[in-house]
Amino acid sequence: MSKLKIISLFFLILLLNNISFAKEPSKLISEIVNEASVILSSSDPVESKIIKLNNIAETSVDIDGIGMYTLGKYRKNLNENQKIKYKKLFKSYFLKSFSSRLVDYSDPKISIVSEKKINEKYTIVSTILEKTSKNPEIKIDWRIYTKNPDRPLIRDLIVEGLSLARTQKEEFKSILQNNEEDINYLFKSLEEFIIK
Amino acid sequence: MKKILTLFIILVISQFYTLSSYAGSDGTLEINSKTRDQSAEVKDCFETVNRGIFAFNQGLDKIFFKPVAKGYRLLPKPIRSGTSNALSNLSNVVTIPNNILQGQFKEASINTLRFSINTTLGIAGIFDVASYYGLNKLDKEDYGQTLGTWGVKEGCYFVLPVLGPTTVRDTIGSLANFSGGDAWYNLTIANDTKYFENSDYYYSRLTAGVDFRAKNLEAFDSLENNSMDLYASVRSLYLQDRKRKILNSDETTETMNDDDWEEIDTQ
Repeated sequence: MSKLKIISLFFLILLLNNISFAKEPSKLISEIVNEASVILSSSDPVESKIIKLNNIAETSVDIDGIGMYTLGKYRKNLNENQKIKYKKLFKSYFLKSFSSRLVDYSDPKISIVSEKKINEKYTIVSTILEKTSKNPEIKIDWRIYTKNPDRPLIRDLIVEGLSLARTQKEEFKSILQNNEEDINYLFKSLEEFIIK
Repeated sequence: MKKILTLFIILVISQFYTLSSYAGSDGTLEINSKTRDQSAEVKDCFETVNRGIFAFNQGLDKIFFKPVAKGYRLLPKPIRSGTSNALSNLSNVVTIPNNILQGQFKEASINTLRFSINTTLGIAGIFDVASYYGLNKLDKEDYGQTLGTWGVKEGCYFVLPVLGPTTVRDTIGSLANFSGGDAWYNLTIANDTKYFENSDYYYSRLTAGVDFRAKNLEAFDSLENNSMDLYASVRSLYLQDRKRKILNSDETTETMNDDDWEEIDTQ
């Protein structure tokens, strides 16, 4: 009987742990928006802001997943060494692009509108970036990868209906198509962008 | 010759604000739709030529449209929003017939009411009085979108000088404006009325282009700075945007499918 109690207690603790760690996708967005807002509105030097923003991206964005998606059908042709090189280059490319897009905003105000679960793997969180004196109100949807509910990750931003991941995928496809589908040319383009 | 030149000028300034931001590869481009069956392939015809024209348009933007848009940004906000409201109100004369052609009768009624109220009480549309009465602004519609909702495919994707990216379907749609489909064009140019000059039309279209550019200065800069192949990015954005507008949906779950994400597992 006592064994049964211990086993029951074990599963209860496990269940409670699961409940406490599972994170709502909209909560993830809310948290990173708040963190980014604090960083962007601070008086820190730009370099410091970029490092902090990159830390947020590394923990909340599925950079490897986006990298593989962006490569489209070409990912199937890569050998292990090329995969490792691509992942490394894509990560640097992504973080540079991510921080340079954000660092121009001084204090973005984003409000969460709704959350829609598409399937077990994906949830779309709809948000609004409030209008400023320079920019109109912008609708931003976040595609959240929820296969592991304890650690939801961002896979795409859909700005006014335009997918950033899809745009990037088509950009990479164009680079490869125009250069005999040679992956080394894409590597070269990524390297040039990173050191730019 | 004069007529052809006039038509070209009209095309240039009437489309600039919708097309200048976007532009294309030699191959095909797959765009998701509501379902896999509906996915379409848009051919980028004459990519080499298109890229040349795109570069020309970029140069023109740098020396003319961008500086003018920056100057426009310096105007007091009430002047800019009044101008933007008036131009938006004027666009209803194209949106309303397209609402009807697409079977959007409720939207057609709302836009007609908005146009009537804002043109009169709102003083030529400068003030958006209709929104105050609960008639909120709806999406713009054009003849290219109407052809899309009727099932007409995009045809070739290409880039026009000054006008920017387009498709065969969207170009045909634009020509409808000059064949009686745009009441503002009919009033100012097609018919010789004593109330309006031809120049009124040209100024309104040019201002619409500058207003659009001014609203997107940072977005364009960001796109330019973060693209390794700006031409391909612009083409992708143009085609995605047209697809979304034709579907008349803001729902990401309706405008994109997840098929191409499915096989990527990182967790």
